[in-house]
Amino acid sequence: MKGGFTALAVLASIFAGWEIAVRAFAVKPVILPPPSAIFVALGADFGWYLNHAWYTLIVTLGGFALAVVFGVLLAVLIVESRLLEKTIYALIVGLNSVPKVAVAPLFVIWLGTGAEPKIAIGFLIAVFAIVIDTVLGLKSVPPDILDLAKSLRGGRLATLWRIRFPCALPSLFAGMKVAISLALVGAIVGEFVSSQRGLGYVILSAQGTFDTARVFAAIMVLGVMGMALFWLIALAERLVIPWHVSQKQYIPTA
Amino acid sequence: MSARAAAGIEVRGLRKTFGEAGVTALEAVDLSIAPRQFVSVLGPSGCGKSTLLRCIAGLEVPSGGSVTVNGATVIAPPEGLGMVFQRDALLEWRSVADNLLLPVDFRRGDRKQARARAAELLALTGLQGFENTYPAQLSGGMRQRVALCRALVDDPVLLLMDEPFGALDALTRDQMNIELQRMWLAEHKTVVFVTHSITEAIFLGDRVVVFTPRPGRIAEVIDIDLPRPRRLALRASEKFVSYASHIRSLFEDMGLLKEDA
Repeated sequence: MKGGFTALAVLASIFAGWEIAVRAFAVKPVILPPPSAIFVALGADFGWYLNHAWYTLIVTLGGFALAVVFGVLLAVLIVESRLLEKTIYALIVGLNSVPKVAVAPLFVIWLGTGAEPKIAIGFLIAVFAIVIDTVLGLKSVPPDILDLAKSLRGGRLATLWRIRFPCALPSLFAGMKVAISLALVGAIVGEFVSSQRGLGYVILSAQGTFDTARVFAAIMVLGVMGMALFWLIALAERLVIPWHVSQKQYIPTA
Repeated sequence: MSARAAAGIEVRGLRKTFGEAGVTALEAVDLSIAPRQFVSVLGPSGCGKSTLLRCIAGLEVPSGGSVTVNGATVIAPPEGLGMVFQRDALLEWRSVADNLLLPVDFRRGDRKQARARAAELLALTGLQGFENTYPAQLSGGMRQRVALCRALVDDPVLLLMDEPFGALDALTRDQMNIELQRMWLAEHKTVVFVTHSITEAIFLGDRVVVFTPRPGRIAEVIDIDLPRPRRLALRASEKFVSYASHIRSLFEDMGLLKEDA
């Protein structure tokens, strides 16, 4: 709570400094509007921003959910099969270095201009973090514990479910924290490429009319959304893995 | 309490080599362990004593010779096996009570029935009231007690312990020796107890199997004729000291102990 208060105070002083600097140096609003102008722009059409934010949120969550489901499934297959580890996993690690944003236009060709291509881009960007972190987690079981499972005559499935999977949860949550931000990036990129809705569309259309305050307002909504999503995953993490060391430390957003 | 009969173990001409280079961990090991016997396996680090334990547990496949438990050749972990490892191998995400129920969960047994047995064991080790505690909140000695209870909860026929108290401080270790003896006297399982402490091996064992290093062979099997329950003060007795000095002389003969540098 105290940490959250401090963070708010820091944010408030940044806005205050920004406001004073813009006024003192008479910066043109089209270059950098003062925070007050941004809040006015936001307040004037708040429902309209919320409406677009909702669309972006749904797209982000869609991409994220797909990334978690397929990412975990893929990670399990990779860990359980030496062949898949040597083929798919190597390929995935290699593909991760390709700038995925570059394929966004392809998805528009394949999937049209609705929500689907944006979800697909969000998925594509986010899934790598999930796969790589989950594989790491599934493999992080101490050898003693694997021996223990064998000595209890645990089969592969039982060992996966009762040993490997719980052991991987801290890594999975670490991956999910990265993936949720990446899914948001994917959604915005998708909206940049082709959209009539969403915060990406708001930013792009405001840019077209040099309405800088509106661009900033949309960015601010995005910022709040990103933080809220991250915080929700941190909250879920605390509920799901209360036993983990990371949970004994201070959680910045709580 | 113990419904199942304890297991007897026969090790015949056991040999185990590792890797392409064929590093020999065990060579020509013959050992018979009667049911309900407590056997200490003693030797320096890397002498193959843990490998012997793992071969009995069915975690390693012998390169030669055989291991039988209750007459059946071990090719996979036998039924009714309880194991305790040097690092307790507790599952951090399970509470103490749920850690104890892991063996029951793995064989899809009746949790409700096992709970009573778990509570009984926890009381025996002074851990009552810690059922809902996570392992991270326990001390090293308490964690190892939980691991011991977990190994015993499903009424094993055979208890294999791989340097279980090696990571504990000396005082806790003594305490654990006393408690292990008490539990063994109550349950009378067949126990194979691997250690590198001469004192611990004698204090706990009906027999002490002394290993030579590289390749691991049995140097001598010593019957320990000391009355039970044994008390810590017994370690200062003449008989105990003579067992210890005999074993120490074996290690000196192997060149493991040199007083003059």
